[in-house]
Amino acid sequence: MDVKIGVLALQGNVSEHIRAFEGALQEMGFPGERVVPLRNADQIPDLDAIAIPGGESTTISRLIDKNGMYTPLTEFGGGIFATCAGMVIIAREVDDPRVHPLGLIGIGVQRNAFGRQKESFETDLPVKGLEFPFHAVFIRAPVAVSHDPGVDVLARIDAGIVAVTSGKHMALAFHPELGTDYRLHRLFLENLGIF
Amino acid sequence: MRLEELRFGTELIKRGFASMQKGGVIMDVVNAEQATIAEQAGAVAVMALERVPADIRKAGGVARMADPEKILEIMDAVSIPVMGKVRIGHFVEAQVLEALGVDMIDESEVLTPADEQFHIEKSKFTVPFVCGARDLGEAMRRIHEGAAMIRTKGEAGTGNVVEAVRHMRAIMGEIRALQGRSPQEIVDRARDLEAPAEILLETVKLGRLPVVNFSAGGIATPADAAMMMQLGADGVFVGSGIFLSENPERMARAIVEAVNHYDEPGIVAEVSKGLGDAMRGLDVHTLREDEVLQYRGR
Repeated sequence: MDVKIGVLALQGNVSEHIRAFEGALQEMGFPGERVVPLRNADQIPDLDAIAIPGGESTTISRLIDKNGMYTPLTEFGGGIFATCAGMVIIAREVDDPRVHPLGLIGIGVQRNAFGRQKESFETDLPVKGLEFPFHAVFIRAPVAVSHDPGVDVLARIDAGIVAVTSGKHMALAFHPELGTDYRLHRLFLENLGIF
Repeated sequence: MRLEELRFGTELIKRGFASMQKGGVIMDVVNAEQATIAEQAGAVAVMALERVPADIRKAGGVARMADPEKILEIMDAVSIPVMGKVRIGHFVEAQVLEALGVDMIDESEVLTPADEQFHIEKSKFTVPFVCGARDLGEAMRRIHEGAAMIRTKGEAGTGNVVEAVRHMRAIMGEIRALQGRSPQEIVDRARDLEAPAEILLETVKLGRLPVVNFSAGGIATPADAAMMMQLGADGVFVGSGIFLSENPERMARAIVEAVNHYDEPGIVAEVSKGLGDAMRGLDVHTLREDEVLQYRGR
C-alpha cells in the first residue's frame, strides 16, 4: 500500500513525529520514505494523513493562517493525527481567542489545563483500544472539557478528556512521539485503513 | 488515575518542553506591553528581564535576577511560556524563579556571575534550564549538569551576529569532525574538551546535541535569524535586536517569518523590506576584555 504522511512543519516537535511515523510504518511492514515535512499548502492534496505536532498553539495557529493553510486543512479528506497543541488546533472550540481552530473534531478544549511547566508530568495512561497502558508525557497540556456524541473518548483523567477519535482523526493531549511506543500511531493508521 | 502516580520534572519532561520550542523565536521582554507584542508577533516564549542585554551592558554594575513583581506581571500578560534569567551559579535565584512558576530558567552570562567555579546543579530542579555555550566542551558540561536546552552564547547586546556564527560553527563543526572516529578516539577527545565522555559519544552518534540547540547573542535582522537556522540552530533567541529597532512590532513578526522560512530566500527578502533601522550594532573588537560577556562561565 502506498501511503504518504505529512508532518505540519511550522513550529514544534516536527522531527520526532517524522521519526515516530517512520517507525510505526516500519513495524507495520511499510518501510520507506513516505513521511515528509509539510511546509506549503499545495502539498496537502497529495497526502493520506497529516500530523499536527506539539509546540505553541498560538504560534502554530498564526502560522497556519499566515501561510494560507487554514482552508486546505479544513478541506483535507484524509486523517489528521493531532497532539498537544495539535489537539487545540483541530478542536471546534478553544478557550483562547488567539487560536483559530480548524473545527474538525467536535470537542471544546482548554489550553494549559494543568498549569505551567512545573505542573507537566508523565504517567501510565489506560487507553481504550490498547491492551496495556500507554506511557503518556503531558507538557503544558490541554484537555477537552466537552465533546459531541459522535466523538469516541479513548482516555480521560481527572482534569478532562485526553484522547479522542472522530471519523478519520485522532487527537491526544500528550506526546506519543517523544518515546518509541508507536501503538497510537499504528491505531491511527489502522483506523485509516492502513494495516 | 491517582495523583501520586504522576511524575514531575523528569529529564524527559524537561527536554520535551525544550523540544516544543523548536522552529520558534524566544524574545527578551521587560514589561507586559512588550510581552504582548512578542506573543502577537508569534514568539514561542518570552524571556522576562528588567533590562535587555544592550541596556545591561550600558548600565554596568552588578546585573541580577529581575524583580519577581516584574516577572509575575509578564506571566500574567501572556499565555506562551515565560522564561527568566539567573546569575551563573546562583542556585537561590533559580529556586526563587521556580517558586514563581517560570517555565524555564536561563543560567545566563548576561547577568554578573555569582559563582566563578560552579554552575547550578540543574538536575535537582523541576523546571528545565537553558545554558549558554561557545563550544562543544562547554555544551557537554552544561548538559551533564542537567541543562535541557543549549543556547550558543554569541555576544549579547551588540546587534553583531559574528560571535553567534563563530559559536554555532564551532559546535556543529566539532560534531562533524568526530563522526567516523572510533569510540576510543572520541573518549580521548572528550578529555581534551573537558567533556563527559558518555555525553560526547551520544552526541557523535546522534550527529547533533542530545538537547535542543538555539542560537543567541547579536541576532538583529531576519537575515541574521535565518542564517543561524541554516547553520544548524533549532530556533533563536532575540534580545535587544527587536525592542531597540525602529519598529519593534514589524521587526518581531519579520524575524518569526524568517525563522519559519529560513531556507526560502524569497520570503526572507519579502519580510526584510522596509523594516526601518535595526538596532545600532557594536563591533565586538571595540569591547574591552571585561566587557565581553561570553567569557563568563566555562
